[in-house]
Amino acid sequence: MLKDITLGQYFPGKSPIHRMDPRAKLILLIVYIVALFTAGGFLSYALIVGFLGSVIYVSKIPLKSIVRGMKPLLVILVFTGVLNLFFTEGQTVILRIWKLTITLEGLVRAIFMISRIMLLITGTFLLTYTTSPIALTDGLESLLGPLKKLRVPVHELSMMMCIALRFIPTLIEETDKIMCAQKARGADFETGSLKDRIKAMVPILVPLFISAFRRADELATAMECRCYQGGEGRTKMKQLRYTALDAKAFVLGGVMLAAVIVLKTLGL
Amino acid sequence: MKPILEVRDLSYRYSIGTPFEHTALDHVSFSVRPGEFIGVIGHTGSGKSTLMQQLNGLLKPTSGQVLLDGEDIWRDKTATRQARFRVGLVFQYPEYQLFEETVYKDISFGPKNMGITGDELDARVREAAGFVGITEEQLQVSPFDLSGGQKRRVAIAGVIAMNPEVLILDEPTAGLDPAGREGILKNIESYRRTKNATVMMVSHSMSDVARITDRLLVMCGSRLAMDGSTPEVFSHASELMEMGLNIPEVTQVFLKLQQMGIPVNSVYTIEQAVREIRRLKGGEGNA
Repeated sequence: MLKDITLGQYFPGKSPIHRMDPRAKLILLIVYIVALFTAGGFLSYALIVGFLGSVIYVSKIPLKSIVRGMKPLLVILVFTGVLNLFFTEGQTVILRIWKLTITLEGLVRAIFMISRIMLLITGTFLLTYTTSPIALTDGLESLLGPLKKLRVPVHELSMMMCIALRFIPTLIEETDKIMCAQKARGADFETGSLKDRIKAMVPILVPLFISAFRRADELATAMECRCYQGGEGRTKMKQLRYTALDAKAFVLGGVMLAAVIVLKTLGL
Repeated sequence: MKPILEVRDLSYRYSIGTPFEHTALDHVSFSVRPGEFIGVIGHTGSGKSTLMQQLNGLLKPTSGQVLLDGEDIWRDKTATRQARFRVGLVFQYPEYQLFEETVYKDISFGPKNMGITGDELDARVREAAGFVGITEEQLQVSPFDLSGGQKRRVAIAGVIAMNPEVLILDEPTAGLDPAGREGILKNIESYRRTKNATVMMVSHSMSDVARITDRLLVMCGSRLAMDGSTPEVFSHASELMEMGLNIPEVTQVFLKLQQMGIPVNSVYTIEQAVREIRRLKGGEGNA
């Protein structure tokens, strides 16, 4: 079912990771990505895996959901792996099939590249898994705050993002419902030629678009009824505040990045 | 009589393997005889809608069986597809599923999917429109130009046009004004009478189910809590109240009268109440 898509979904919880300030999580994600791209050797990767592993452990997100979220990216992973495996120049040849050669360097590089992508994605997943869309956009708006001086409509952008994120599950649910209703009238989405299948989408898309427009209209009215008129002078019920928890997380993240940089200069 | 639909020890769990996993149906069993008019009641989240979607094979049971005419609807693909046509399901707020340019085309979507064409198709569409009171002129307009109540009728006609032996409706009168509700209930009853069809209707309106159904299924916490004739179920007033359900207002009044020591029998509909009061008055007159 469509509902079972976990990509970018929020898993409610009360773990320390869930309770962290969204700004701290965003900054730490950037620190993490920098560390990931600095890392070169086995030891630094091990360090990053350890860091990520402990975050996953603390967040209590089931490993199964993370693995499932990875599924749609399988193609990219395989593609990257194959490219690096066959097209890396190297000295130590392990295997030679026709014109393709696999070198030890290529093998190592492929493994590193795949792990890098997987680590990158898992890290980003952890952010969306543990942060509600509202907290996330709040954090983003606050971090991008300085850009307001350059006349970037930060509030409007984050409001748009917030609404878009908020309505993804709603629209997925709606699609599910409409599909069920048309299936009950004998619609068939699974068999037939490509042309038939595209045609079979019409009974879903028309009601879906109509309901999306209707929802947008209702939402706009509801917002105006509550005197919404953009970010000017708007206050927040939940003020973002850094806590001791965030300080600890920053220290840990900083230490991790420093260690990776040290390892890099040592060539490990 | 042989049951047309039979549900055997049916359980269903949503989103298995995610943090959102929960049981929606817990070992539900019952059977439906042809021609019955069954009401399904229960508070929000009790599993009514999930149960309805099991009956025409939209959801696959986690365990247990749904039998249509004694055959498992999940036996093979053809059986499932047949079940979709033989058991017509009208969803909640079905007007949101309309998509065609004209009412006529929208109603013909279902029968067309069954492979019906030509004169037969035309006859089906007109007959279905007749059942729900859609006029000849309305057949040619866009469904989006109709009022909310009329859209709902068109959507119901879209299912009726498939001539289902069992018609299931999930809260067909939700959000309509009293006249609209009355109209739709009459349409359903006339379809049942004419086609000798079996009808199951989910409803939150106790006075509606009291008036038109002959049997009630009560869902509570994913389980089938009660199954009996409508008067029988409403005689368990206190248990229904405990489940957060109501009983018809007129039944409440008469229960109160009984508690006050007035010798009235329990009633479930206004007509019964009128008869009961007449009887009492007559009795007094004789005394």
